[in-house]
Amino acid sequence: MLSFEHITQAIDKWLFGTFNPNVAIVIEGLIAGLCMIGLFAILGLVLVLMERKVSAYMQIRLGPNRVGPGGSLQTLADTLKLAMKEGLTPDGADKFLFNLAPFLVIVTAMLVLAPIAFARNVSLWDLNIGVLYVSAVSSLSVIGILMAGWASNNKYSLLGAMRSGAQIVSYELSAGFAVLSIVVLTGSLRISDIIESQRDGWWLFKGHIPAIIAFIIFIIAVTAETNRAPFDLAEAESELTAGFHTEYSGMKFALFFLAEYVNIFIVCSIAATLFLGGWMPLHIGAWTGFNHVMDYIPSSIWFIGKTFFLIFVIMWFRWTFPRLRIDQLLNLEWKYLLPISMINLLIMTLIAIKGWHF
Amino acid sequence: MIEDLGTTEQGELVVNLGPQHPSTHGVLHLVVTLNGETIKKVEPHLGYIHRSIEKMCESLSYRQFIYVTSRMDYLSSHINNHGCALCVEKGMQIEVPPRGRVIRVLMDELTRLASHQLWWGAMAMDVGALTPFFHAFREREAINDIMEQTCGARLTMNYMVPGGVMVDIHPDFQQKVKEFIRFFKGKIDEYDELVTENVIFKSRMEGVGYISPEDAVSFGCTGPTARGSGVSCDLRKISPYEVYDQVQFEEVMENGGDCFARYLVRMQEMRQSLSIIEQLIDNIPGGEFQAKTKAVLKLPKGEFYSRVETARGEFGVYIISEGGTTPYRIKFRSPGFSNLSALDHMARGHKIGDLVAIMGTLDLVIPDIDR
Repeated sequence: MLSFEHITQAIDKWLFGTFNPNVAIVIEGLIAGLCMIGLFAILGLVLVLMERKVSAYMQIRLGPNRVGPGGSLQTLADTLKLAMKEGLTPDGADKFLFNLAPFLVIVTAMLVLAPIAFARNVSLWDLNIGVLYVSAVSSLSVIGILMAGWASNNKYSLLGAMRSGAQIVSYELSAGFAVLSIVVLTGSLRISDIIESQRDGWWLFKGHIPAIIAFIIFIIAVTAETNRAPFDLAEAESELTAGFHTEYSGMKFALFFLAEYVNIFIVCSIAATLFLGGWMPLHIGAWTGFNHVMDYIPSSIWFIGKTFFLIFVIMWFRWTFPRLRIDQLLNLEWKYLLPISMINLLIMTLIAIKGWHF
Repeated sequence: MIEDLGTTEQGELVVNLGPQHPSTHGVLHLVVTLNGETIKKVEPHLGYIHRSIEKMCESLSYRQFIYVTSRMDYLSSHINNHGCALCVEKGMQIEVPPRGRVIRVLMDELTRLASHQLWWGAMAMDVGALTPFFHAFREREAINDIMEQTCGARLTMNYMVPGGVMVDIHPDFQQKVKEFIRFFKGKIDEYDELVTENVIFKSRMEGVGYISPEDAVSFGCTGPTARGSGVSCDLRKISPYEVYDQVQFEEVMENGGDCFARYLVRMQEMRQSLSIIEQLIDNIPGGEFQAKTKAVLKLPKGEFYSRVETARGEFGVYIISEGGTTPYRIKFRSPGFSNLSALDHMARGHKIGDLVAIMGTLDLVIPDIDR
């Protein structure tokens, strides 16, 4: 079976054979960066279209169906339109921060993509603190949002940004606890190790009930962290028009929009990695024949399948639930999710120490 | 650099909600004083869609002015027309034939259903659920098709005339309405499953925007807004017009006084309207649908008042006649105006998100308030 490993190693070998090591490492970095930007663009195109189609079918509509076959080029057309629009900066805005904010948000999203394993041996940077890195860097995006809200010199933006700040900071805690409960099982923060530890079964099934609770808490928390409905208070359109990005237009708005979708992809891929085995095929203990068949499905398909299933679930939330109120949102986190996830982590630690997991 | 965002001396933030804002359902302008997220004061500003309909009516004949009232509460245009027609009939002492009466009531109830359906979708959208809106519109479309067949219009029907209705019902009317009743009975249970039973929706609605029965009366609230507080004010029951005294239906009342109570009242009213339509659809009497009237209507000198129950509450028409072909002065009592006046009382101390939910349960139609 074709493995990405062969390709990457061949390129690596050729580069280091042809150029001197310093030049080679720079070229390699450039190639990796270009790949990421390409991936970024594709993700944006696919996910925006997917959201529109999912919402359309839930709302008895057809969704975009004019540009390209089945509306597949609609996002491209929209992006072109946004790119051609004038990027307005309001008169009373803090120009430097206003223009910096969307880039901060998008760069954060790009950085988080680095340690994610897209298939067997395919990740940009398999660093030994992968999960910690993801949690740490993804929380930087709140600075961008606060910056955007403050610099816009708009009351709606400010309210949206304040909501967003409170929300992301709170929900990061329970997302962190949910991640930790898997880390105590694997004993490693490296993403490839976490995936490798799920060779004979995914943690969702191996970790008893605490793993399932952690999974549910993680999905709720990341839905809130990415500002998606029912937690989309930061941009609650019926209350705050568009929240923190009310004043943004053109490409700067597009960057916020793109970052939202890439963030959804990131959190879903992390959830898939931690709980559903990342690119690891579905293996069931003693069923050798079944496991063998599952191995024939390429690892990238497994990863994409799991991630997009979770993305679909998050989109499903958005088009079904009403929005929570800000106090209810914070109550849910501080009074319910956080205590539950703390106790859950304790139980999980006990399971890990005693070796009760499968 | 950042300038002052417009805070008051106490450090409160003043936000202008509207006149262009997605949740105001029109050109309503609310000046909201906020302390953080908490509402200190709500001040509605009106006048953005004032078309001086009352003044306009003074130069229109008694047949013509009815059409203008369709443009007030465009979601209950039938019922507005009905109120005006009733007032003119009262002045002229015209007896509407039985067939006309039943058709009028049927149309009123269909309008009420359509209005409540739109409200349900918009209400869910106000609290952040976008999907119900499309479901509500699917069902509303069926009513609009029925209306279109008989009246020739889908929104501003202008079907009621002094003396009855303008034309007879379409031959397919009864069959189509019966089909719709069957179809909608399943859908209304779906509405409950999708929204009413939703935990988030309930928590957004319960205990929000409370108004006591006494306050509801003193603010002049009518319709589902007052009935949600347990005030009996359904004109179809307390001063029946047309054939409302001959059909079996209940006046829906809830004692909660909060948003959820008002929500439940409207949901129940949809069921009651369905039952009224069911009782009447097979019992439309034969005969004339319109009484014989003079070509030019002239109301005798005097003052005339009549009132009907629209989807939003009590709609009153007050005509002063000098005996000519046009009214000397006309005044409409629109339900939305009084209901809106209670908004500040309901919203104080709640969050911004609640303000939107409260506005949703008041079911405001801005052209009705501004006229």
